[in-house]
Amino acid sequence: MQSRELDQFEQTVAADHRVEPRDWMPDGYRATLVRQIAQHAHSEIIGMQPEGNWISRAPSLRRKAILLAKVQDEAGHGLYLYAAAETLGADRAELTEKLIAGRQKYSSIFNYPTLTYADVGVIGWLVDGAAICNQVPLCRTSYGPYARAMIRVCKEESFHQRQGYELLMTMMSGTEQQRAMVQESVDRWWWPSLMMFGPPDAESSNTEQSMLWRIKRHTNDELRQRFVDMSVPQAAKLGVTLPDPHLVWNAERGHHDFGEIDWTEFWQVVKGDGPCNAQRVEHRRKAHEDGAWVREAATAYARKKEQAA
Amino acid sequence: MTRSSWPLYEVFVRGKRGLNHVHVGSLHAPDDEMALRNARDLYTRRNEGVSIWVVKAESITASSPDEKDPFFAPSGDKVYRHPTFYAIPEDVPHL
Amino acid sequence: MDNAYDGLTDAGEEKHWAFGTGFTDALTGVGRDIPAVDREALTAYCLMLGDDALVYSQRLAEWCSRAPELEEDVALANIALDLLGQARLLLSRAAEVEDAGRDEDALAYLRDERAFRNVRLAEIDCGPGPGGDFGTTIARLLVFSTWRLALFQRLAGSADPVLAAVAAKGVKELAYHRDHAAQWVLRLAGGTEYSRERIVEGLAKVWAFTDELFATHPVEAALPGVAVDPAELRAEFDQVIGTVLTAAGLDLPETRQVAPLAGQSGRDGIHTEAMGFLLAEMQHIARSMPGAVW
Repeated sequence: MQSRELDQFEQTVAADHRVEPRDWMPDGYRATLVRQIAQHAHSEIIGMQPEGNWISRAPSLRRKAILLAKVQDEAGHGLYLYAAAETLGADRAELTEKLIAGRQKYSSIFNYPTLTYADVGVIGWLVDGAAICNQVPLCRTSYGPYARAMIRVCKEESFHQRQGYELLMTMMSGTEQQRAMVQESVDRWWWPSLMMFGPPDAESSNTEQSMLWRIKRHTNDELRQRFVDMSVPQAAKLGVTLPDPHLVWNAERGHHDFGEIDWTEFWQVVKGDGPCNAQRVEHRRKAHEDGAWVREAATAYARKKEQAA
Repeated sequence: MTRSSWPLYEVFVRGKRGLNHVHVGSLHAPDDEMALRNARDLYTRRNEGVSIWVVKAESITASSPDEKDPFFAPSGDKVYRHPTFYAIPEDVPHL
Repeated sequence: MDNAYDGLTDAGEEKHWAFGTGFTDALTGVGRDIPAVDREALTAYCLMLGDDALVYSQRLAEWCSRAPELEEDVALANIALDLLGQARLLLSRAAEVEDAGRDEDALAYLRDERAFRNVRLAEIDCGPGPGGDFGTTIARLLVFSTWRLALFQRLAGSADPVLAAVAAKGVKELAYHRDHAAQWVLRLAGGTEYSRERIVEGLAKVWAFTDELFATHPVEAALPGVAVDPAELRAEFDQVIGTVLTAAGLDLPETRQVAPLAGQSGRDGIHTEAMGFLLAEMQHIARSMPGAVW
């Protein structure tokens, strides 16, 4: 027989009410949330690196200010999300250690290198655009602290996407070399952006239960389709070609058809052999370990102050 | 390697005069003073608040879940943070 | 002048915060009149103050994604952004006064090393590169922000309305930067044995560049009523630093000063070896794609 707590939990979720930290919840729900929120937080923090790579070289002072503010926002997003995970009993330091030990994942998109300044724009447009598609429904996710963190994240992400698109529009209005640079960047990022929605529904092990719990509200393939449909007119307006010969409007479905994703590459990157996996984790590990003495010093100082008080 | 043991703080911001302080989130800090400064850096980057409270999470006694949605007001200073700062033609969909 | 240390300790003061003070655009309603002084000197003076902020901001931004804790990553980026904002206003003013068709980007990206007029303290590597660490970084932040705050407090009364407005806005920011540095000096000095060593070494490294901050340059001497004579800042600087170090239980570093080269240093375009690399990195895209728009 089902417990009264489980009944209550299921009623809360079914009525589209939020589950809050001190509510009873099934262990599986808690574990799924910690895993998902931690991955999400790690993605924000690791995601600082590919764009951070260009702060020192940003080609105008306005672009430098925008990029630095954007990468700083990502640190903030990571913080909000780690805090949401902590309401479930996780500990940020532990989650960070799992990340640098390779025991927790982050979005594979950040394992691709940024090779030109156009990548800053394309990441804003496509990568942040895909992230927004994934994240907007999470503002209504069933766990309260996660939903609230996502509301804040989504507000700030809209700035990220717009700055990216604006940079690309400016570059497209510039020299021939700049237009070629934008197209080359779109060619590299389009497919990895589609991969951001995860494996096809048929192969997604977690989707069904997550949908039932209303942690997740749309399937991977639904969100991917939405992203493709949104991006096509944006690409046309920008004047770039999306690198998929099979990309075509299907009037019957009311959606764009698109080509087959290279799932071999997807799994290769997920499993740790992407172009930048080792470099990204090493960068984070070094920052965390180099900072250990500073964190310890502040803790020691606080302890001394408390004892003296 | 040593674990960070900075305690967790809850942050409350008064959006503008006349309003209550509202819970906006959490952060880690070694002590109260740094928590206040970190809160300013993290939660008021867009000039969202005029007054901040921080309190160690462990000091809060709670009855039952009663959190409310955070309130964020925009600010006028670092305008490049705001989506409307970027001129995008109106016929670009969904941006 | 009120005790400059107030800004460090009085948490109730509005000037303590960079937010909530109602500024939308620092220069809204500010007159753009150019005072009747030597234009070349005024251009150079705007470049000096702008380059200090630009070059130091470039260094601070190197911490992005590398700070000891995420909260500190956000804090250092805020400081870098404040300084970058100051740099943009000051370089734009330099361009306006110069009136030679250049803008903030032409000045930042297309000038050669010898034309940069920042003090050498702003350009040296204090970490996260091999030249330092978080201790050295905090030491430089304390010295730089204490000096610049004292300077901007006086500059707010400048006869150049734009410089006065930039300074008035910057005072709030710099008071926060100085406070951040002072808080960390206390914690590093009073934390562990190791952290104490790091801040002591950091202070020794940056202290070698302090005399240069207070040397009156001919450009400053040529702009009475507009420019601040940095020699006037020394007493207040020493007092504030002394207060922080005393609170932290640290001695004033007894470091010998890095000499100028034939009487010339940063303000004259004579820099350290680090400067060329910093500019090469900062300027390379802008220079390698002439005619591009960003």
